[in-house]
Amino acid sequence: MTHESITISNYSFSIGDKSILHDISLAVNGGEFLSIIGPNGAGKSTLIKCLIRINTGGKGEISLAGKPLESYRQKELACLLGYVPQSDGRSLPFSVEEFVMMGRYPYLSPFTPISHRDEQAVQDALDLTGTGHLADRVMNTLSGGERQNVLIAAALAQGTRILLLDEPTTFLDPKHVAAVHRILKRINLERGITIVMVTHDINAAALLSNRIAILKEGRVAFEGFPEEVMRNSVLSGIYDKSFLFVTHPVTGQQLIVHEEAGK
Amino acid sequence: MKKSAVLILLALGSIIVLAGAPVIGMKRIALDTILHPSALDMDSSIFWKMRVPRVLTSFLAGSALAISGMAFQALFRNPLATPFTLGVSSGAAFGAALSILTGFTFTFFGISGMSIGSLAGALISILAVYGFTRMRKGFSTATMLLAGVAISFFFSSLILFLQYLSDFTQSFRIVRWLMGGIEAVGYDSILGVLPFILAGGAIVFALTHELNLFSAGEDIATSRGVEVGKMKTVLFFAVSLMIGGVVSVCGPIGFVGMMSPHISRILVGANHRYLAPATFLFGGLFLTLCDTLARIVIAPAEIPVGIVTALLGGPFFIWLLLSGSSEKSMLR
Repeated sequence: MTHESITISNYSFSIGDKSILHDISLAVNGGEFLSIIGPNGAGKSTLIKCLIRINTGGKGEISLAGKPLESYRQKELACLLGYVPQSDGRSLPFSVEEFVMMGRYPYLSPFTPISHRDEQAVQDALDLTGTGHLADRVMNTLSGGERQNVLIAAALAQGTRILLLDEPTTFLDPKHVAAVHRILKRINLERGITIVMVTHDINAAALLSNRIAILKEGRVAFEGFPEEVMRNSVLSGIYDKSFLFVTHPVTGQQLIVHEEAGK
Repeated sequence: MKKSAVLILLALGSIIVLAGAPVIGMKRIALDTILHPSALDMDSSIFWKMRVPRVLTSFLAGSALAISGMAFQALFRNPLATPFTLGVSSGAAFGAALSILTGFTFTFFGISGMSIGSLAGALISILAVYGFTRMRKGFSTATMLLAGVAISFFFSSLILFLQYLSDFTQSFRIVRWLMGGIEAVGYDSILGVLPFILAGGAIVFALTHELNLFSAGEDIATSRGVEVGKMKTVLFFAVSLMIGGVVSVCGPIGFVGMMSPHISRILVGANHRYLAPATFLFGGLFLTLCDTLARIVIAPAEIPVGIVTALLGGPFFIWLLLSGSSEKSMLR
């Protein structure tokens, strides 16, 4: 078992009486890019939040680097797992630099000035995400795409070996979607950072990840390599809809297109 | 302007106001009398035993109210969330009204029975708000604010009921107390609550990183390593200490707690490393100035300071909101 792997075994989670996740078993291997896809309400975001202990009190076991998740203090966890939340569009009245510096929380202590190492980590995260030129801007004035890149930078500044992302491209235009994908691919390949991404973008999952897990109604419905997932026999059952497939002109991968109604 | 420059200006302003405010008053006091205090001299007593403790009390009270408001605004991610909007003032007022009605009049370490009643009331209502946050996970901020408003109305009705039961003198005393006022004579009352204010304030100042993360949202805070539940408890405890202490001496003084952090945020931004000291100084400065005005405007009579803070602060605050620069604030 590598240093940065996550193992989820027979994990269930409910909110009140409502059961969200049932008996999930899933492993994340060190260095891989795992995408989690599935219909709305499948429990994808909930699962990610369980990993970072925003959600607590599930049954079953999650282990991180060979130790149960509960055995970590929250700050220790924050040194191992970075999290990029779904953008909620709420006010963030901080400058970009201040916000990214907040990712250094697990290493900061009260009343002591920020260390050179913290500044270095922030600068590195800004460079890696191409957000250095925004450093003095106030978060509230950024466009959706810029804001998303800064959210990723803030998680990177945490210096973790695993990054969890919750629908990082949902509200972005194609240019910014491409930019986020480029950043993710880069940190995965160049830095060897393990990536777990929840997404609705099936094609992005196919193009970017090493492996795809599909959640449906709180269960792992399918798990496999992109070429195993990108088949009508797999996807149509999960999404209750049939898909057409085309071949990517450059990489030769299978991608989905939607049938237009009335044609 | 640079943030550190703003802080230095606020600190200088505070020193000037702290030194200048006691000199101002209906009675002119010679510098010589101030420098050579004597227990027998009337002027010296007015200066050292009335004005100085009063100015110190108002500064500390303003600071404590302001950083309490700041902490709540960050915790709830809402500029309206202050201990006062969440029903603490009416809880405290109910406690005070009850002690006036029941004639609960002994003193304890220089704190009157009425103060103890208000302290208890403040703590009960703040605990009620806190209880709601713990009761169900995923309680939204909007629900919290509504619960606070409900608590506020509940206690306000109880106060009206008490007034209905009380005689004319008692009723007048209750109304007068509700207006808020700083009437320190000597140092006993301020020394009595100083430990509460200092302890609560120190906790808030030690948790500036956490406050930053709270204002970015609890999910982000958790993922960055903040023990959200524990830190919330600690901050509620700190705010209770401060508010309980202030209210027991000064009554319910509104507005300072909402306005000071907001203006400070426009001045130095939302990073609590700068915001906390700026808010502390601004709140102290503002309340001291208001109280000095309250003493001199219709001297020899005094206006309750709660009236001055709202009359002065209200229009200014609205002007500020209309004039923009909201990107650094929480309003967006």
